Amino acid sequence: MSDPSSTTRTFLGLPGVPPPTATERGTLRGTRTFPQAARVALADGQLRRNLGHATATIRAKRAAVVGELPDWEALRDAGSAIKTDVMARLPELLEELERNVTAAGGVVHWARDADEANRIVVDLVRAAGVRHGEPVRQVVKVKSMATQEIDLNQALEAAGIQAVETDLAELIVQLGHDTPSHILVPAIHRNRAEIREIFLREMPGVDPGLTDEPRVLAMAAREHLRRTFLSARVAISGANFGVAETGTLGVVESEGNGRMCLTLPDTLITVMGIEKLLPTWRDLEVFLQLLPRSSTGERMNPYTSFWTGVTPGDGPQDVHLVLLDNGRTASLADEVGRQALHCIRCSACLNVCPVYERAGGHAYGSVYPGPIGAVLTPQLAGMHGHGDPVDSLPYASSLCGACFDACPVKIDIPSLLVHLRSRHVEQERRRRRVPTPEAAAMAAAAWVMSSPGRFAAAERATSAGRLLARGGWISTPLPFPLSRWTASRDLPEPPAETFRTWWRRTRGSER
Amino acid sequence: MSPLDARDEVLARIRTALGDRSTAPPPVPREYAVQGAHAPGSAALLDLLAERLVDYRASVRRCAEPDVGATVVAALAARGARRVVVPGGSDVGLLVGWDGEALRDTPQRPLPVATLDTLDGVVTGCAVAIAETGTIALDGSAACGRRAITLVPDYHLVVVRAEQVVGPVPEGLARLDARRPLTLVSGPSATSDIELDRVEGVHGPRTLEVILVHPPG
Repeated sequence: MSDPSSTTRTFLGLPGVPPPTATERGTLRGTRTFPQAARVALADGQLRRNLGHATATIRAKRAAVVGELPDWEALRDAGSAIKTDVMARLPELLEELERNVTAAGGVVHWARDADEANRIVVDLVRAAGVRHGEPVRQVVKVKSMATQEIDLNQALEAAGIQAVETDLAELIVQLGHDTPSHILVPAIHRNRAEIREIFLREMPGVDPGLTDEPRVLAMAAREHLRRTFLSARVAISGANFGVAETGTLGVVESEGNGRMCLTLPDTLITVMGIEKLLPTWRDLEVFLQLLPRSSTGERMNPYTSFWTGVTPGDGPQDVHLVLLDNGRTASLADEVGRQALHCIRCSACLNVCPVYERAGGHAYGSVYPGPIGAVLTPQLAGMHGHGDPVDSLPYASSLCGACFDACPVKIDIPSLLVHLRSRHVEQERRRRRVPTPEAAAMAAAAWVMSSPGRFAAAERATSAGRLLARGGWISTPLPFPLSRWTASRDLPEPPAETFRTWWRRTRGSER
Repeated sequence: MSPLDARDEVLARIRTALGDRSTAPPPVPREYAVQGAHAPGSAALLDLLAERLVDYRASVRRCAEPDVGATVVAALAARGARRVVVPGGSDVGLLVGWDGEALRDTPQRPLPVATLDTLDGVVTGCAVAIAETGTIALDGSAACGRRAITLVPDYHLVVVRAEQVVGPVPEGLARLDARRPLTLVSGPSATSDIELDRVEGVHGPRTLEVILVHPPG
């Protein structure tokens, strides 16, 4: 690995070849644009009540525990600077992590994309079966965004391996044949009564007298998974952090399902995005304060596990780390956009977002929903034009800025959204021979507004719009291309008199 | 050029993406508190730790050093525990006078998971306790034991000595060796997955009890 010729070759990079976005395998690209999907979600009163209740609860808890720390802003500044430093030194830090994991008895694998990562994991599970002398038919999983992103469960299933999600919310999603709608609580769109229904329908042997008390539902999940945990031979996890200096990986969780997966099986396979690095162990003193308070609104989450390679006699003895690119380097290539890679997946930006609270996570079509998803997904997956749902994500925001204020690592999400909108407009301009309706309208506006005579004529013409108005608003959809605007907005009724005519009539004599 | 393997290609992509790296990023500002207002082991910190533990539904007993053994036995009796596991390196004296059975577990002679699952609890020490967050750190040392023994039994009784108690998170992490298998425990197992409301008791020990030992004198 430290062969000087290979170092020279990799140092040169691949000039002129921009890093590719994620391959199409995975869960980044939805099938409907955000406005199409949001319209359906907005009509679902139950969904809006569930989301409104859950996000209001978590916002209050977060505010209380953040308020306890007088140095919160200093922690955010440090978190932001550490992540900027990580991105700047990413190649060296990844090599350092690899060296230290390997020295501690772990095995490091690299994956360019989702397919490659899935193949590596499936091969490792099969190899574990060979070592045990009996094929592994089932693996236990700790909640992991990276493995959701690459749709690992589907790849395992295709290989005849059942992946059992052990996080309560992931279990609710899996048993409900559903998809996640939140980074931290994938089943946030379900309330207790719906969860009870799913358990009664899908959990073999569940007590038919199950109530919808959250404590009772949690107990049912414990019973359901207990045998599976105690007999599991292979576990698959993500990682919240990878510490380059020591080769230490960390998982932050609440229920103990993570500890079960990280401790009891013989084989542990961790899939981690290459951006999850921290340079030093000390840096965790910042992130272990920022993350729990921002995500679950707790001073500290119930359980955090750290492991460094293999510990003889304690925990898994066959330990693997799969480092995943899958579009991360494409994002890194955008000097402005790369900030999105600082994300520690706390989900605070989702919980404060007025758009997320109303539309819900499924409307984004990506495994990463909400404000951070709207800036991360287009960069990881690329905006492909021709009505690609991903292209609509940078516009799925009112730019109110609440996400920026809540972000523990100070990702300037509103500026990133604007940046991606301009990237999108630029891409579309290059893609089309004729300008987009929006570009044409802007060009026309520039032409009109650059001449007083033309502007006055346009103002007079606007008054004609009064014919369409009812009760002070034009809510009739206007003909294309104006329908693109009126589809989601009403227009105020134009005034009977323009400002200029009013000025001439009332103050004309003073000139 | 021969096709690059995944490692070389990912590293090459990153270097391409970063482009010119002649200007180093600014140094990391660490203006946050790395030291607490109170000295480790001080009475104020013990009070804070007890308060934060209770806030997250752990129960707390407090005693002086000479009474540790009796307090452990009293806690086990109150729980109705008859068979528990203790790490091989823990202080044997702790369980003197208890009429239950204490099984020893070491990395060299580990108890099977199936056996751990039949036990009534586990008694361990800890590596460090962080008062501000109500966190107890286990590090796989002789006093803490293998990770499995504090996970499978449903009741975890931890002895925390005053000198192990620090204030803020940075002081706690500085005392830990990252290369050991570490578990940070803050209250019993819990979940916020149903309507983002916290309820205690899922897969980890559903009861966490802490014995806080005051300094002598």
